[in-house]
Amino acid sequence: MSDILSYSFMQNALLAGVLVSLACGVIGTLVVLKRMVFISGGVAHAAYGGVGLAFFLGFNPILGAVAFSLMASFLMGYTQRKTRQRQDTLIGVMWAIGMAIGIIFADLTPGYKADLMSYLFGSILAVTSTDLWLMLIVDMVVIGIVILFYKEFQATAFDESFARVRNLPVDLLYVILVAMIGLAVVMLMRVVGLVMIIALLTIPAAIASLFLKQMSKIMGLATGLSLVFTIGGLFLSYVLNLTSGAVIILLAGAAYLIALLVARLCRPCVE
Amino acid sequence: MNHSQAKELTPDQPQSSRTTAPLVEIRNLYAGYNRETILRDINLSIEENDFIGLIGPNGGGKTTLLKVILGLLTPRQGKIMVMGQPPQQGRQQIGYVPQNITYDSDFPIRVSDVVRMGRLGPNRLFKSYNPEDDTIVMERLAWVDMLDHKDNSLSELSGGQRQRVYIARALVNAPQLLLLDEPTVSVDIEARAKIYSLLHTINQNGITILLVSHDMNVISSYVKTIGCLNRTLYYHNEKKITAEMLESGYNCPVDLIAHGLPHRVLAEHERQDS
Repeated sequence: MSDILSYSFMQNALLAGVLVSLACGVIGTLVVLKRMVFISGGVAHAAYGGVGLAFFLGFNPILGAVAFSLMASFLMGYTQRKTRQRQDTLIGVMWAIGMAIGIIFADLTPGYKADLMSYLFGSILAVTSTDLWLMLIVDMVVIGIVILFYKEFQATAFDESFARVRNLPVDLLYVILVAMIGLAVVMLMRVVGLVMIIALLTIPAAIASLFLKQMSKIMGLATGLSLVFTIGGLFLSYVLNLTSGAVIILLAGAAYLIALLVARLCRPCVE
Repeated sequence: MNHSQAKELTPDQPQSSRTTAPLVEIRNLYAGYNRETILRDINLSIEENDFIGLIGPNGGGKTTLLKVILGLLTPRQGKIMVMGQPPQQGRQQIGYVPQNITYDSDFPIRVSDVVRMGRLGPNRLFKSYNPEDDTIVMERLAWVDMLDHKDNSLSELSGGQRQRVYIARALVNAPQLLLLDEPTVSVDIEARAKIYSLLHTINQNGITILLVSHDMNVISSYVKTIGCLNRTLYYHNEKKITAEMLESGYNCPVDLIAHGLPHRVLAEHERQDS
């Protein structure tokens, strides 16, 4: 088993697991507590439009994904603030339009396109050192912002109208949060793929929030759980010779079901 | 600009030297959402040291009125001043206690963190909480008799305990005015009494209070004046539900008045079938 660690693609994959878990734990917690799971799914799928565009024009798909997910984030943040109603409809529309744009661009791109699949279903074993640097930067940005505005994010998640009455920049904080979700989505795309991002973003935080009653602790435990799922899923997929992204998600999903049971049956386990 | 903001709120402090202009002044105000106008021609002056209870049915515009005062909803027409300023500025001196049911009761947060939230503001954006914040938070928690629960998770508390935590949060900035939206919803009778005596003490310490409720029973004897809000406001600075109130077009919910209301709140039966 230890010999597989000597491969550089495996080392990269492990490092990616660590870096992704940090963003996952921190952002995922805010997503779960602020009930933004659906919007995260919308941002993730809209990002595919950017991947397709990048393939068509021949630049790095990660950059295309960053551009599209940030654009989708701002659009969704804006519509949420302006219209307040039917936001789920708008998210659903952007979700589908992003995917459609990606597929059309893929059609228009000549040649072999199997690589596009890796953005849909993930390929943690194909993570390059450039990807790792990008992930590190995203982690630093995301964690820095959350540390800087921790108390404000907590306040707006708990009670937005009170935060507004205190004259906090509630709308700006919301847009920043959705943009951070967009960045996290691009990282996760490499690991589990766009289709399964919501699961990895939310399951660790959802499990942690079953047992802990403090946002910072939930972020910590969610990071740890996410690490267990990505690394554990990676090794399982290697041993079983299955798609890594799907194994990671199934592992997380199974853990969530067990956690639900434990939280229900074992009161003292809950903080 | 207001020296009373910095003043410490201790129970035995004599109150003096506050401005005599109305804390909130509303003139001919209309407000609503989308195409529906909920509040019509509202006139209200909240004076210093008032303790006003507004009753009215669900959908009568009670929360809407609070939102207008808090600058969360812009009125269609009419004038509103809070502490002599537009609501978005004046609201900094309001302590707001939202309805209990607006919260996710499982939200993972400790009692002391909820109360500390009251210290937030634009000037605190890049600064962390400091020992002074903690001192004030503990003091307010003691005031509402929740100090023993400071490290508890909010989700472990009863409805009445939570309500007192929100009141503590509203008090951490020494507000001049306290706004409460249905403070006794999902609170048992014993806890209700505790909340009302707490509000009474707060009012006696010079903090003006406006509370709204759909339940007549909660308008206890501590309230100094009563009004009725059902799209329009009937309020004449009196502590009586008059026959006029009931019989005019204001549609105060008569069924609520019928049961269990403290007698002295009801006016004598002076109507002679008009």
